[in-house]
Amino acid sequence: MGQAIAFYTLAAFILGFAVLVVTAKDTVHSVLFLVLDFLFVAALYVLLSAPFLAVIQVLVYAGGIVVLYLFVVMLVNLKRPPEAHQDSHRRTKLGFALAAGVLIELVAIASYDYLGPAATVVPAAVSPVSGNTEQVGWMLYTSYLIPFEIASMLLLVAMIGAIVLAKREL
Amino acid sequence: MITPTHYMLLSAALFMIGVVGVMVRRNIIIIFMSIELILNAVNINLVAFSNQLHDVIGQVFAIFVIAVAAAEAAVGLGIILAFYRNKETVNIDEMNVMRW
Repeated sequence: MGQAIAFYTLAAFILGFAVLVVTAKDTVHSVLFLVLDFLFVAALYVLLSAPFLAVIQVLVYAGGIVVLYLFVVMLVNLKRPPEAHQDSHRRTKLGFALAAGVLIELVAIASYDYLGPAATVVPAAVSPVSGNTEQVGWMLYTSYLIPFEIASMLLLVAMIGAIVLAKREL
Repeated sequence: MITPTHYMLLSAALFMIGVVGVMVRRNIIIIFMSIELILNAVNINLVAFSNQLHDVIGQVFAIFVIAVAAAEAAVGLGIILAFYRNKETVNIDEMNVMRW
């Protein structure tokens, strides 16, 4: 019961702030709603007994990525709001229609298990360590060592790429 | 009782809000933020199934998704800054040339 109340409260906040992110007129407000949205998603991870991921979410998303967005919003001086520019080629209704199609498809997939066969729970491989953070670290440094190193290379390339792109002249 | 279906429906709704943001808004910074919402929806799914199956692999994949999202944000915002210096706009309707 308590879990249901927590889930519905968090879900309402997540979806409400997501709508505000998309609809906010001011881009700075949009970024601030995005921070709140990420924090509520982190709370949802705690509810799903993934505390390590919740901390990563707060540190990387709410702490790092959003600061990057705020910097860009402050650097890009918006003298006229971008939405003021009217283009005859805009297809807003088509956008909503396509998004509604995506939602119907996703709901159909998500509600499949009410009609289809019940999923069987496969027992997970026994981990030699206990505790959420220890288990995640164990998986990262044993079975997923190569993807982990590739991810670190990706971050290095992204860092160099961002510096090269943002520099005025090389 | 909260089943994985509830989490999937929440994830689908969040994903759809992100898709609406990408398709309807013309400000490229808000489009990037909508992409972050979409990636968050994917992460909710991964962690929900990780919790359901008592297996941390879903959380490991969520960490990879966060790493890719961080890289995407860094490069994408760098491109926005470089574009803004040349064209003085963040409206994607005006981003219709490959060279200038």
